[in-house]
Amino acid sequence: MTFGLDRLQEVAAAVVAMARELGADGSEVSVSEGAEFTAQVRLDEVEKVKEAGSSAVGVRVLAGRNTGSSYTSDFSPAGLQTMVRQALDSARITTADPHAGMPDPAELGSIPGDLLLYSEDVVRLETPAKIDMARRAEQAARDYDPRITNSEGAVFTSHVGRHAFANSQGFCGCYQTTSCSLSAVPVARSGDRMERDFWYTLSRSTGGLESPEAVGRKAASLVLRRLNPRKIASCRAPVVFEPRAGQSLVGHIFTAASGDAVYRKASFLAGRLGERVASPAVTVVDDGTLPGMFGTSPFDDEGVPSRRTVVVDRGILASYLLNTYTARKLGLKTTGNASRGITGNPGVGHGNLFMEKGSTGVADLLKLAGSGLYVTELMGFGYNPVTGDYSRSASGLWIENGELAYPVSEVTIAGNMKDILMGIEAVADDLEFRGSVATPTLLVREMTISGS
Amino acid sequence: MPFSESFLARTFGLAENDLESVLAVALSRGGDYADVYVEYQATTSLSIEESIVKSATQGVSMGAGIRVISGERTGYAYTDDLSAARMKQAAQVAACIADGPASVPKVGLEAGPRHDLYSLEQLPCEVPLQERVRLLERADRAARAFDSRVFEVQATYGDTVRYIAIATSDGRFTFDRQPMARMNVSVLARDSGGPPQRGYSGGGGRVPLSFFNLEKTPEYFAREAARQAVVQLGAIDAPAGEQTVVLGPGWPGVLLHEAVGHGLEADFNRKGVSAFAGRIGQQVASPLVTVVDDGTIRSRRGSINIDDEGNASRRNVLIENGILRGYLHDNLSSRVTGAALTGSGRRENYRHIPMPRMTNTFMMEGASDPEEIVRSVSRGIYCKGFAGGQVDITSGNFVFNATESYLIEGGRLTAPLRGASLIGNGPESLKHVSMVGWDLALDEGVGICGKEGQSVPVGVGIPTIRIDRMTVGGTAR
Repeated sequence: MTFGLDRLQEVAAAVVAMARELGADGSEVSVSEGAEFTAQVRLDEVEKVKEAGSSAVGVRVLAGRNTGSSYTSDFSPAGLQTMVRQALDSARITTADPHAGMPDPAELGSIPGDLLLYSEDVVRLETPAKIDMARRAEQAARDYDPRITNSEGAVFTSHVGRHAFANSQGFCGCYQTTSCSLSAVPVARSGDRMERDFWYTLSRSTGGLESPEAVGRKAASLVLRRLNPRKIASCRAPVVFEPRAGQSLVGHIFTAASGDAVYRKASFLAGRLGERVASPAVTVVDDGTLPGMFGTSPFDDEGVPSRRTVVVDRGILASYLLNTYTARKLGLKTTGNASRGITGNPGVGHGNLFMEKGSTGVADLLKLAGSGLYVTELMGFGYNPVTGDYSRSASGLWIENGELAYPVSEVTIAGNMKDILMGIEAVADDLEFRGSVATPTLLVREMTISGS
Repeated sequence: MPFSESFLARTFGLAENDLESVLAVALSRGGDYADVYVEYQATTSLSIEESIVKSATQGVSMGAGIRVISGERTGYAYTDDLSAARMKQAAQVAACIADGPASVPKVGLEAGPRHDLYSLEQLPCEVPLQERVRLLERADRAARAFDSRVFEVQATYGDTVRYIAIATSDGRFTFDRQPMARMNVSVLARDSGGPPQRGYSGGGGRVPLSFFNLEKTPEYFAREAARQAVVQLGAIDAPAGEQTVVLGPGWPGVLLHEAVGHGLEADFNRKGVSAFAGRIGQQVASPLVTVVDDGTIRSRRGSINIDDEGNASRRNVLIENGILRGYLHDNLSSRVTGAALTGSGRRENYRHIPMPRMTNTFMMEGASDPEEIVRSVSRGIYCKGFAGGQVDITSGNFVFNATESYLIEGGRLTAPLRGASLIGNGPESLKHVSMVGWDLALDEGVGICGKEGQSVPVGVGIPTIRIDRMTVGGTAR
């Protein structure tokens, strides 16, 4: 069952009116619905097909400077009323917070025009065609090389989402999105050791997907180069981050530059606006306005238009990423980065977050590194945004004489983000978006590699 | 209690024959097996920060998931509308995986066995919000009073109650009420002008609110978080390279969860993509090591009366004296491989297909004196607190991240160390366990396990152990 955008907006407006009647001084209402599809093929057999939809509504009320939140999936009038009453009950036990509230009315708005977030071809694509794409991707991976002996399968997913947001200051907006993705996870064997790797493509339209064969072959080539890894001796050496691994560094910058961490002083970037925090090679941008992209939306989760914010400008910390609350705490203006689930106080999220590309080719960047570790995968949670301490499990390839030589696994790379960012010596020219966070290949001059 | 008197039956007018008719639709195009999973979940979460109660959220979610299995194929659909008509529509979608003449579900559902591990007289969510908020205010005060260097305290409290009912085409019908409550405290401390450090603590379980007044108080969690933050102020860089590692009791059991637990989930082994595939009966750990996954421990966060496929949870021995004994199964892997059910089929909520998952995973205690274990190490590290971990089940490589650890020099704990990753390979690492203490402890009750996009609550535990060789990802030489 789907409601459609008009109905979602009606529900949002009705809940705002209901909250006012029940005594709220202000309210913010989100209404969402989504339909998901997943098909997994493994060893040429359909293994899983999942198809369903769901919807939810959430409200945050203001009672003076107290806030309370609630959500439900019950859209009946009684269900909505219970939800609003629960939010008001919740507000009674919170403490008045002088900084709580909604954006200034002048800050509310929506980016005009078509942001290319919705494509009818995703909705129209039939199940057999989806299964066929997964089948072809897996087949291409398995046919690539006899050392590909097994597979965790290939998966096609699609999603259609609709979202409406309204507040008691008169904002009411909505948008719909589509997305689809195709991924393959082949397994290769050598002796009694196995390795797996993956590749994927995703787009807001089916036409934007890479071919299933290209996805399968790329996944196969990635897993093959991992076979027979060596564990190297501990050392200090240059580290090159492949884009799939380097994304997490941009994510770490986001965590530290987000207003929540900054006003709590839980960030190594707190209090450093205008200072050099990275090498001049580093420019980090958050842009929620790029048409057709995964981090794009016409407005944020407080009804403020999305925008482009330069976070790090040639190494200088240029801006934090803020919602209304964190901006008020810091005496700044919102950057349109409010983010929340269906309800609750807004947190800080990002749009399309990326490191700008440099001018060095990847081959030249490896030559600059000379010898060191080319990281293709990172695991674990060894990043502390409060201190910047960084220690993660890594695997990849060893660089010898500026060329990729042999696979390496069971090592860690460690350092402090302050030093890692200052040590980014070169940024390659291979920026490519595969989701909402992206980075080109990066070279960090020196990190501690821990092995045998 | 008969189902007709249960919360789900009373609230949504659901009857057993409604579920039987949904199962009939699910098998209308053939298939070997079908089940219906009905869920209602109510959640409360509260937080305090800067001594201000900044947020209070309550909400409900509900839905039903219908699954059809045909050979190794699974069809799945769900609805957030619990009417019989909507569930039948979803059953039709799930049925599309099969393609043949209709199968007939067993008529006349019979109650399956279940445990009784958490039947609370009063659920945490039935206690007035004011009383629950008071826990946060007490945590805030206690953390600030602990040390003048504490400058920021964040505390959260959350409880949920989850009602589930599962009907299967082989005629079983089970339902359960699963309560959960937990508190977390996060503290920042700094020396004047110095950089801040964070400490973190928390706990809970399938417990009544009185747990936080009688057993583990807000003050207990607050002091523990504050103590860690203050300890970290004096921390030095962790060493790099292979070290002798001593793990303290309790939460460091997360090692087992990553090093062996995930690799023993039968879905990976059925497909032959786990580093542990085909190794049953082989030596995969030191003879001192026995690892158990037990979903039947009273009140624990990882415990369940029934799993999310309606099977009673069990105590499963995974590794016995170093020998691999068995995997954790869900219905599908048990059906395909012919292995006995282990009560391990779990899912995050009605939107998800169940998978083999852990419950409470721990190492049985040994004979060594914990103090003697530390004294036996001339140089190494002692780890007390961890942030979590991750594993690549195919290569077996795993990582877990120490948040509180100390240098061991001459058999004594000396300087506290900054956070560092510890890494190893699943089937190899536990072969280096050379001492196991008599002090088995389970964690405080904060574990969340993520797998293929689904989170479920879990527990871990371990006695003090010595591992002769493990790579530590510090920066000091």
